Amino acid sequence: MSFRIPEFGHLIDRKKPVSFSFNGKTVQGFAGDTLASALMATDHRMVGRSFKYHRPRGIVASGGEEPNALMNMGEGGRFEPNQRATTTEVFEGLTARSQNHWPSLNFDIGAINNRLSRFLPAGFYYKTFMKPQWAWKHIFEPIIRNSAGLGQAPSERDADRYEYFYCYTDILIAGGGVAGLEAALEAGRSGAKVLLLEQSPHFGGRFMVDDVMVDGRDGPAHIAHLLAEISTMPNVTLRNRTQGAGVFDHGYALGYERLTDHAPASTPRHRLWRIRAKRIITATGALERTLNFAGNDLPGVMLAGAVRDYVRLYGVAPGARTVVVTNNDDAYRTALTLHAAGLEIPAIIDARPQGGGALAEQARALGIRIETGHAIAKVTGKKHVTGVEICLQSGTGGAVETIPCDCVAMSGGFSPVVHLWSHCGGKLNWDAANAMFSPDPSRPPTDQNGEGFVLTAGTAFGALTTQACLQSATLAARQAAKEVGRSLKAETAPREVQSPDESAMAPIWSMPANAPYKLRAKTFLDFQNDVKVSDVQLAAREGFESVEHTKRYTTLGMATDQGKLSNINGLAVLAGALNAEIPDVGTTTFRPPYTPISLGAIAGEASGPLFKPTRKTAIDGWHESHGAIFEPVADWRRAYAYIQDGETTQDAITREILATRGSVGLFDASTLGKIIVKGPDAGKFLDLLYTNMMSTLKVGKCRYGLMCNENGFLMDDGVVARLDDETFLCHTTTGGSDRIYAHMEEWLQTEWWDLKAFTANITEQFTQIVVAGPNARKVLEALGGLDVSREALPFMGFVEGTLGGLQARIFRISFSGELSYEVAVPASQGLLLWNLLLQAGADYGIAPYGTEALHVMRGEKGFVVVGDESDGTVTPHDLGMSWAVSKKKEDFIGKRGMQRSFLVAEGRKQLVGLRTLSDTEKLPESAHAVEDGKAIGHVTSTYFSPTLGHPIAMALIHGGRDRMGDVLSFPVGGKVHKARVVDPVFYDKKGAQQDV
Amino acid sequence: MLLLTCPYCGVEAEETEFLGAGQAHLKRHMDGSTDGEFTAYLFERKNPKGIVFERWRHVYGCGKWFHAARCAVTLEVFGTYSAQTFEPPKDIIAKIKAKRPEWEAKP
Repeated sequence: MSFRIPEFGHLIDRKKPVSFSFNGKTVQGFAGDTLASALMATDHRMVGRSFKYHRPRGIVASGGEEPNALMNMGEGGRFEPNQRATTTEVFEGLTARSQNHWPSLNFDIGAINNRLSRFLPAGFYYKTFMKPQWAWKHIFEPIIRNSAGLGQAPSERDADRYEYFYCYTDILIAGGGVAGLEAALEAGRSGAKVLLLEQSPHFGGRFMVDDVMVDGRDGPAHIAHLLAEISTMPNVTLRNRTQGAGVFDHGYALGYERLTDHAPASTPRHRLWRIRAKRIITATGALERTLNFAGNDLPGVMLAGAVRDYVRLYGVAPGARTVVVTNNDDAYRTALTLHAAGLEIPAIIDARPQGGGALAEQARALGIRIETGHAIAKVTGKKHVTGVEICLQSGTGGAVETIPCDCVAMSGGFSPVVHLWSHCGGKLNWDAANAMFSPDPSRPPTDQNGEGFVLTAGTAFGALTTQACLQSATLAARQAAKEVGRSLKAETAPREVQSPDESAMAPIWSMPANAPYKLRAKTFLDFQNDVKVSDVQLAAREGFESVEHTKRYTTLGMATDQGKLSNINGLAVLAGALNAEIPDVGTTTFRPPYTPISLGAIAGEASGPLFKPTRKTAIDGWHESHGAIFEPVADWRRAYAYIQDGETTQDAITREILATRGSVGLFDASTLGKIIVKGPDAGKFLDLLYTNMMSTLKVGKCRYGLMCNENGFLMDDGVVARLDDETFLCHTTTGGSDRIYAHMEEWLQTEWWDLKAFTANITEQFTQIVVAGPNARKVLEALGGLDVSREALPFMGFVEGTLGGLQARIFRISFSGELSYEVAVPASQGLLLWNLLLQAGADYGIAPYGTEALHVMRGEKGFVVVGDESDGTVTPHDLGMSWAVSKKKEDFIGKRGMQRSFLVAEGRKQLVGLRTLSDTEKLPESAHAVEDGKAIGHVTSTYFSPTLGHPIAMALIHGGRDRMGDVLSFPVGGKVHKARVVDPVFYDKKGAQQDV
Repeated sequence: MLLLTCPYCGVEAEETEFLGAGQAHLKRHMDGSTDGEFTAYLFERKNPKGIVFERWRHVYGCGKWFHAARCAVTLEVFGTYSAQTFEPPKDIIAKIKAKRPEWEAKP
């Protein structure tokens, strides 16, 4: 059993009880507890089920590396799965549920997988789910979907807020243990700006737990001393509950601050620090490794350091009788701590034949039994540890004795946390003496000057002894300070450290050394993904020699803990199976973030309406208050139709079209791009941009033009007006305004920089309103001020002047096929003009129309829309617009592209009109024409035309222009639609209506 | 996330302030070019493990296009320069050669 003890526990406040809910039951802990320590204090030893075999799992670690104690945390909009109990601080009202079991943690149906484990080896899904194919849909996929994933997915929108914080510093230090603090102090003395991030709520790391004397102070006293000195330095900032989550190019780093996870409040929950640092010191410590013995995953088997943490920091005994098993001296500290807390230690199993050093002597002096050269053959127990069978380390697991116990504290040595060092390319060395990878200071990640910008300090550097740890911190700080242009005059005197000498560790990758299959098949490497020693060995036998392949085949290290405990053990086992050296096998890639960070923090404030601002025209408010329903077009929202009382959307569209064709309509075209091109070479430049000739356009005239990309494919279209000799106004599509402006600038700056031409994007500076219909002229005349007669302003003409008292540009262009004026005024007067036109048109029943009416009317006229009739693989020739492609011009963008063999080949898709054989049946959007079992083209636009009283459509059909009159089949959803190929212009082919 | 200095406005800025647009110093082939030349101009790009010359635009700044010479492996930036040139400036070539004597500018 595990329980609270009266000794130790300096992080908890026993005067402040805190109650929370675990699996629906109320549990009591103290302020300062983590969820893990509070659960352990109340004898909750099994806290979850494993992913694949549903084996009972308990708390293993005391920090972010915890693989087992993952919780469904919170409720409703604050629900989040896979949260580590070891890094969750308890607070009043916290709710947590264990994961991956049904119907309950204690009795779980899925645990049958454990019995079937023989049939579920590494890569079993690749082997099992191959055949028959039908079984995928009906058997395999439902099973996999049901069993995949650890926690549940949230069902509600996140109720919390998140934010970014931008920060620039000389030196960033990741880790607030003794190495980080020593480095911050030394770097702070140089005057450099220093930021130190510590992921946990407390500074001090191992110094708060382990017995050590520095300059006559014990660990906690020395940390307090460092914090006091640093607090006098205004240039040093310390931040707890903030993880150095990732290191990226050129000194960019991410910090992940958890503001309210320990104390819910209305402030932002997480803050993502976006940091630029000139130098980064990683002082991220080291992680203890597990040992590979059978049953090492049972609840009650824990890391020795974690056992010590729970006793010292939280006053919790993980067990009453703890067997310590180790290959190094550090685990003896756990035995000594347990002894000091009055807890039983039946034995210390030390795999090393010669045993340990000074710490072992202390333990022996206290009367603790030590078995050197021994190993755990297997752990006994079903839902938690009941004992260990011990054997000789050199043998095959023949048990010599069973020792009853309820906790096993294991230590397989230490792995420096090299993640931040490695994120941006820092290389590692294999330290054979300590059986670990540590940073190679001669191969750091490099910055924009080609210089290393990451340094490491303390155990993260591989400096495992206290003396070396402190020295490396001071050295790293001095180097970083110097490299950011600061100087430290006096040498800092080295600290006087008293800590016991330690004997060398021994690399033990299998316990016992020659463990047979039945033990290896119960020896877990990756607790979260249920990867066993036998799985990695199987992968090696099957030819997965690369560590990256083995990882993916076995899923070793692919869980939410990313193999923090398992990777080194796993690749050591792989190396053994391949008869290779560990450094030759290498590590998998370390990728940020260090531990999972919330998606909310990554999004910051950019959610909901702030995710992407909506662009609105000057008349948007009027649209909204007059029944408009909107559609997004690029980043704009545009009025799709104006719904009046009792109307359906289709009713409104029909009314708007008939009103426009019958009298006059009004349309907000402000979203269309407007780009001024000006200069002596403006015409020459436009001749290169457009496929047709623009330089010959006369002042006061408009011309429709096409733009292609260098491939020869249509990219935009619009009307160009020549305002004066040197000035053109180019209209673009709504989606093209920014893109085409950028396109123009790119060519002007990077290819034709000799041209004297300049561009300005004035899209948002002007409101543009279309007045279209047979009575359009009368409406403008009613406003007065300008002669808009056919003679003064003919079709495709342009005039500038005062209309109804407003300075306006009027273009006689038509996308509806009616007599049409587009009137542009400064955006500040846009709404005024709109209202003036409504008043002036009242007698004619003027009707505002939306984008759908616009589309139907242009469809009736056979006008193309870039993005509907074209899709990035369509040329002007395909659309029957060869008339808009100049044969005279020597060069324009796309000219050479259009000559490529497949663009001039026979049988390309060509634009045609389609007339359904039925007058009531509209063709479905994007329907494919099928002939002899082959798709021969597709519908690009399809509408019901109120003007003509029947459906119309346009389509791109292979060789379509030679197929006029043919009836094509469009099978959709079990029904075959029939339509005849016709001319795409359905209405007023001669253009008489627009030229009046 | 790279840091680059815009050679026009002199601002050292985050990569998010710029738009990257691939290989610099492409020669545009026009009407009259062979299919091979034109296809190479459109699609064929170098991808060296080492020194690259790239096109960038200071899109959320002064709007100017420029070129950057940098190492794609170590991320060292050897310099940024005007896009209105047919080859990298001599001082940048010299800087690269000083640091990477084995490097040869290939046409």
